[in-house]
Amino acid sequence: MLDLRKPAGWFFLLLGLILSATGLAFDFKAPLLDRNLNLEFGIFSLAFGGVFLWLARRA
Amino acid sequence: MALHFVDYLVLVLYFGFVLGIGWFLRKHVRTSSEFLTSAHSLPLWITSLAFLAANMGALEMIGMCGSGAKYGMLTSHFYWVGAIPAMLFVGVFMMPFYYGSKARSVPEYLKLRFDEKTRGFNAITFAVMTIFSSGISMYALGILLQAIFGWSFTFSVLMSAGIVLAYTYLGGLSSAIYNEVLQFFLIVAGFAPLAILSVQKAGGWEGIAQRLSPQMTQTWRHLSSPADNPMGVEVFGLIMGLGFVLSFGYWCTNYLVVQRAMAARSMTDARNTPIVGAFPKMFIPFVVIVPGVAAAALAQMGAGYSIPLKNGGPDYDKVLFSLMEQFYPSGMLGVGLTALVASFMSGMAGNVTAFNTVWTYDIYQSYIRKNAPDSHYLWMGRMATIFGTGLSIGAAYLATQFNNMMDFLQLIFGFVNAPLFATFLLGMFWKRATGNGAFTGLLTGTAAAALTYSLTLAEGKGGWLGVLHEFPSSMAQNFWVAINAWTVCFVLTILVSLFGKARPDEELVGLVYGVTKHEAEAAVWYKRPAMIALAAAVLCLGLNLIFY
Repeated sequence: MLDLRKPAGWFFLLLGLILSATGLAFDFKAPLLDRNLNLEFGIFSLAFGGVFLWLARRA
Repeated sequence: MALHFVDYLVLVLYFGFVLGIGWFLRKHVRTSSEFLTSAHSLPLWITSLAFLAANMGALEMIGMCGSGAKYGMLTSHFYWVGAIPAMLFVGVFMMPFYYGSKARSVPEYLKLRFDEKTRGFNAITFAVMTIFSSGISMYALGILLQAIFGWSFTFSVLMSAGIVLAYTYLGGLSSAIYNEVLQFFLIVAGFAPLAILSVQKAGGWEGIAQRLSPQMTQTWRHLSSPADNPMGVEVFGLIMGLGFVLSFGYWCTNYLVVQRAMAARSMTDARNTPIVGAFPKMFIPFVVIVPGVAAAALAQMGAGYSIPLKNGGPDYDKVLFSLMEQFYPSGMLGVGLTALVASFMSGMAGNVTAFNTVWTYDIYQSYIRKNAPDSHYLWMGRMATIFGTGLSIGAAYLATQFNNMMDFLQLIFGFVNAPLFATFLLGMFWKRATGNGAFTGLLTGTAAAALTYSLTLAEGKGGWLGVLHEFPSSMAQNFWVAINAWTVCFVLTILVSLFGKARPDEELVGLVYGVTKHEAEAAVWYKRPAMIALAAAVLCLGLNLIFY
């Protein structure tokens, strides 16, 4: 059976790449936001996806 | 709310992955059991997160956030009182009979324990309810996406339903469950930043507590009288109605969630599924309710945020969207929107996979075509997935024409659900209960629910036959409708059973507590269901005390 950690890991890794790149390239704003949320969440998502892939590789 | 290219990119990425998971898993579906019940093959961490996600529909997410803004932390009772105790109970006490009886579905357990008519009643009402629940939720999502993002109703409905159909058709229950786990992570990832940002902006929890009345930030102190809290409920109605009847009726007997646990690969894992799921479940209020509470505080700060309005009054259903609009830039907005679509899909896939199993095993195989080869039932399971989705879409369109009728149907389903837990409780723990007793109890309990509603009034609802009592809120009315239904079902099942002949003990082995030999738990002590349940209960009690 498919190891779910692999697709979940790749999904969050790619999501992290998209958001980090967006955070670095654009200065998108929201009315009550005073930080680069795309970059912060992107880095978190990269790490989250990476942990999943590492766990899948270890198993 | 304007969407940027990057928001669509996130949505497309998500769609690609859910379809890809269905495509990968299609090779593992060779029998009806693999398609409809996952053939007891899935690991614990997957079944427990799917157990949670199948319940986290888009309407719940939107409703809980809005309820947080309207009622405050009192809303967390729907988790800490209305879910955790029942999830621990079903794992420790009931799962041994669902899993151990070898029943393939909850209605089939009723057939094994009681008789054909009790199974038929449960199977048919459940199948109809899943179709309408999924249709109503699809309708609501279509309307919301139309209003907020400008997508057409037809596009929203067909796109979401089409993707769910594709991955459930390809990979069956395993595909639905795998995707539910991905959806769970995405829902938390999409909503959690909103909780953090909104609470920070409102000055932390202390800032929120200073700006709102204590009734909004405390959970138990204002429940001595319905007049003391914004929900209009009191402690007995809350614990008995929500915490006992409604909650146990849902979590312990609803095949939609129980099916996830029954897909686990061993008895210990099946029992631990709802128990392990209880740990993340008790923290979900911090992701979905707390942003609503923070929104209520932000609205009083004059910081540029106000609760959305409709017809001059607050529109709490839009609180979640308004927070996303205020805090999420393009990119993250796509993640929040995708999380919402994911929550809709997890709820709909739950309904579709429960429907196709109950239809194939409990209706088609039992009443329409018995003794066909397994390949025929696999085919029928796939067909049921298609026409179940089609019927849900039809129900969504019906709701656009007859909105009141859909509300009425939901009400009727509530009446059918309310007494169910009494039937299962007596069925599993009292060997004297008979099929006639169970069937009579279910019918009279349902009638008692309808009668209570017809003779009471709350917020203009009910009172069709007169008004014997007026409730301070429709929530209090719902709780008492459930309490009366449960009590009548419980008492009538016992009375009718006492006048009938019970089945011999040997026929009830594996189905009823007391005549089933208790097998010693093979797992090490810290993996035993009772131990993990105890830890979860202590943690949940701690959360209740912190927000007392």
